[in-house]
Amino acid sequence: MKTNMNFLPRMHRRDWLRSIQKLGFIALGSWFSPSLVFAKKEDADEAIKKITGGAMIKDGRVTLVIPPLVENGNLVVLTVSVDSPMTANDYVKVIHVVAEGNPYPNIFAAYLSPRSGTANITTRVRLADSQRVLAIVQMSDGSFWQGSAETFVTLSACTEMV
Amino acid sequence: MSKTSRTSITMPSTAKKGSIIEIRAIAQHDMESGFRYTESGKLIPRDIIHVFTCSYNNVEIFKADFFSGIGANPLIIFTTIATETGTLEFKWVGDDGYEAINQARITVS
Repeated sequence: MKTNMNFLPRMHRRDWLRSIQKLGFIALGSWFSPSLVFAKKEDADEAIKKITGGAMIKDGRVTLVIPPLVENGNLVVLTVSVDSPMTANDYVKVIHVVAEGNPYPNIFAAYLSPRSGTANITTRVRLADSQRVLAIVQMSDGSFWQGSAETFVTLSACTEMV
Repeated sequence: MSKTSRTSITMPSTAKKGSIIEIRAIAQHDMESGFRYTESGKLIPRDIIHVFTCSYNNVEIFKADFFSGIGANPLIIFTTIATETGTLEFKWVGDDGYEAINQARITVS
């Protein structure tokens, strides 16, 4: 009887806990994997490439403000501000806003000039999903800068029937 | 026949020369995104405003391109420097021959 017991795969409590822990990591990994979260990311990347023409985008100088939790994605107040002196030789040329999870990633493009005084734009946008929203800014010297914000959308825009 | 709708501008009527003024421009428009379906499964065609421009005494100072991601009744808030007394003209152009024009006077001292 005792010899028979040795043939059975004996599992100790600690081994069992370890295997369960591994399963947990696999589950978490798939949850955070970018391909699942940003289904439309390729579209957004393409839209960004069209804006920049493949030029390098540096992080910083751009602040994008959206509420972190949005109840209704149909009207979300979005503010973009750029740190720039707005003088005749150093100003913000264009502000592009791109949403990674929207069916059409481009949201708007605002063309500024030294006569704008400041680079602050506020508007109301639609968000189809919980996602990252990017602001890509072209300066007068041709350099590109970006800022982004994450948001969680409870009720999505564009899905409702009429 | 072209379409038009109500628009509204909020900005100061007087300003000091060289000061920065804030302008709020809103247009009444559904901004139909072109991604929605009717109950019978038919796609609703896109009907949005594409371009918004602002000229200060006939010089263009601000332009914005709108896409489907802009919400209904598009509002845009931007700034400009008050340079001289005159008229600011705002123009919205969209799908299906939509066009709306609004004007505002400013006195600069």
